[in-house]
Amino acid sequence: MSDTNKTSAVTGRNVVKQFGSGDHLVTALDGVSLEIEDNEFFTLLGPSGCGKTTLLRLIAGFEMPTKGEIFLFGDEIEDLPPHKRSINTVFQHYALFPHMTVGENVAFGLRMLGQNEAEITKRVEESLTLAKMESFIKRKPVQLSGGQQQRVALARALAPQPKVLLLDEPLSALDLKLRQAMRLELKTLQRETGITFIFVTHDQEEALTMSDRIAVMSAGQIQQVGGPHEIYEQPVNRFVADFIGDTNFLEAEITVVDGDFANCQVNNELSFKVKSIAKHSIGDKVTLALRPEKISLAQSGEVQGRITEAVYLGTDTSYSVAISDSITLAVRDQIDLTGHARFAEGDLVGVGMSADAVRMLID
Amino acid sequence: MELPRNPVTRRWLGLLPALLTISLFMILPMCILLVFSFMEADPYGGVDPGFTFEGYIQILFERDFDELLQFDATYLRIIWRSIILASLATLGCLVLGLPVAYFITRQNARTQSMLLFLITLPFWTNLLVRTYAWILILTADGVIEQPLKFLGIIDESLEMMYTNGAVGVGLVYTYIPLMVLPIYASLEKLDFRLIEAAHDLYADRIMVARKVIIPLAAPGIIAGCILVLVPSLGAFVAPDLLGGGRKLMMGSLIQTQFAAARNWPFGSALAICLLAIVMIALMYQARVASRRRAEAGE
Repeated sequence: MSDTNKTSAVTGRNVVKQFGSGDHLVTALDGVSLEIEDNEFFTLLGPSGCGKTTLLRLIAGFEMPTKGEIFLFGDEIEDLPPHKRSINTVFQHYALFPHMTVGENVAFGLRMLGQNEAEITKRVEESLTLAKMESFIKRKPVQLSGGQQQRVALARALAPQPKVLLLDEPLSALDLKLRQAMRLELKTLQRETGITFIFVTHDQEEALTMSDRIAVMSAGQIQQVGGPHEIYEQPVNRFVADFIGDTNFLEAEITVVDGDFANCQVNNELSFKVKSIAKHSIGDKVTLALRPEKISLAQSGEVQGRITEAVYLGTDTSYSVAISDSITLAVRDQIDLTGHARFAEGDLVGVGMSADAVRMLID
Repeated sequence: MELPRNPVTRRWLGLLPALLTISLFMILPMCILLVFSFMEADPYGGVDPGFTFEGYIQILFERDFDELLQFDATYLRIIWRSIILASLATLGCLVLGLPVAYFITRQNARTQSMLLFLITLPFWTNLLVRTYAWILILTADGVIEQPLKFLGIIDESLEMMYTNGAVGVGLVYTYIPLMVLPIYASLEKLDFRLIEAAHDLYADRIMVARKVIIPLAAPGIIAGCILVLVPSLGAFVAPDLLGGGRKLMMGSLIQTQFAAARNWPFGSALAICLLAIVMIALMYQARVASRRRAEAGE
């Protein structure tokens, strides 16, 4: 993937992390390998307990891996303590030093690195300006709001100019509006500083809006790595398709194999010609995924269904459409220009499904 | 009974039991002490009526055969030794107690309460008995010396008993729980993510302790120091038993005046003196603390 003369910012090779022992042995990371490129906004996305925070803590140095290697720009670092790694962290709950002012907090890392006072003053000002907190330099953390503390934590982590910045769900404690504003700011900040950001979140929307690439994690393993578009449009397995956005899953049987494509029959009621993901033969059972917004509704159509539920969501309407006794699809349909849902519960509608939008999944 | 409607009256009524207890058991005895310190000594103990500064004069002067006042530094030396020994004992408690308190906070909840119980366990045994145990440990041919002699490391007795060191050890032993508990209380509230944050920002263990743990434990450290220093100044069990009465401290001196020497006014004057030293130290601490708070802009 990367050309030979370029070194990845962070490389993990078959990283395993286990906690406890005996009957209480918990495997938090189960053989994770990944390459995070320099100057990349990389996101570790997954539900709680998937191992994303453990992976971050291993990169930061707060935990040592049970097995495997971690490299920072080609140097093996998994045995180094955190203070010997050029990596800084923005903590979930900010972890600002309460007995120091904003300025002292931001200066802390620079002081520990033994930089001279003139340089420290300059860097502190620059970092606070970058985080738009320069006027708060004399304040104590308790005098700041959550969002302001977040910015100070960011400035503090950026001030020593680390090679890699780790962000552990930094936006989760903020309210929605602030969170949305901060997403764009973080993205801009990453571009301006050129520092590799590794961002941990369980919020798929956050991951999709900010990341250059996303690693979707589950059960201590990386399920898929790819750009936001790839992750959303071409999920490789059922977990990824389910975790990112909403998806209709259809159990199907292959009836015809035609080169790279296969005809898949769902309950003898629906049939799609879908690109295969593996060598298939007739009679194989596969799972098909279809996004609710990729299904269109009309007054009438080839496939008929009855609306069993309609939920108004503001920008669009979420319908449950029963095509038969055994198949009910979730459908997203735009609100019309007058602000009304186009259909109501009990309506008979035509359901349009393009085979291009249907993806075959590994279970 | 109808309660008074006036909130001020009601508040005073509520405080009454506390006020009564404090005045009866603290303020009244102190007043008695103050009055006694200005009275004449009765040769058989107690005080005789009359007003005199004799009690205070005796701290600094001695009367020679001609009843002339001669400056005598004996008691000043004892006061000075008390202050030095109490300060060293406080320092000893701090150096030993801070890591212990930190260690306890890093354990899981069950181990924590177990360890805290062990810390307070000595309070359940009489101080006198516990101090006698130290005599057995420190004495010639005691618990320490016997094995050392057996192994041929020493030939002569180390003569650890009846020294300032023995008194210091006794004081540290007696008061260390009073150092550990308040430091534990302030460290227990410490967010351990701050320690991780400091490590993350290139601080090694020593810098984390200096820049994060100790500053945040400061309220507990100050409280612990006061709790150890004040009773150490007035202690008399350890100085008496481990110092053998040869290394007198203020506490044992005062105790002697009321018991063996039967010079109550002098004992009272010394007690008032001790009280004054403690008050000055506390007021100084309070001033420093409030100035620091003002600087911090809180």
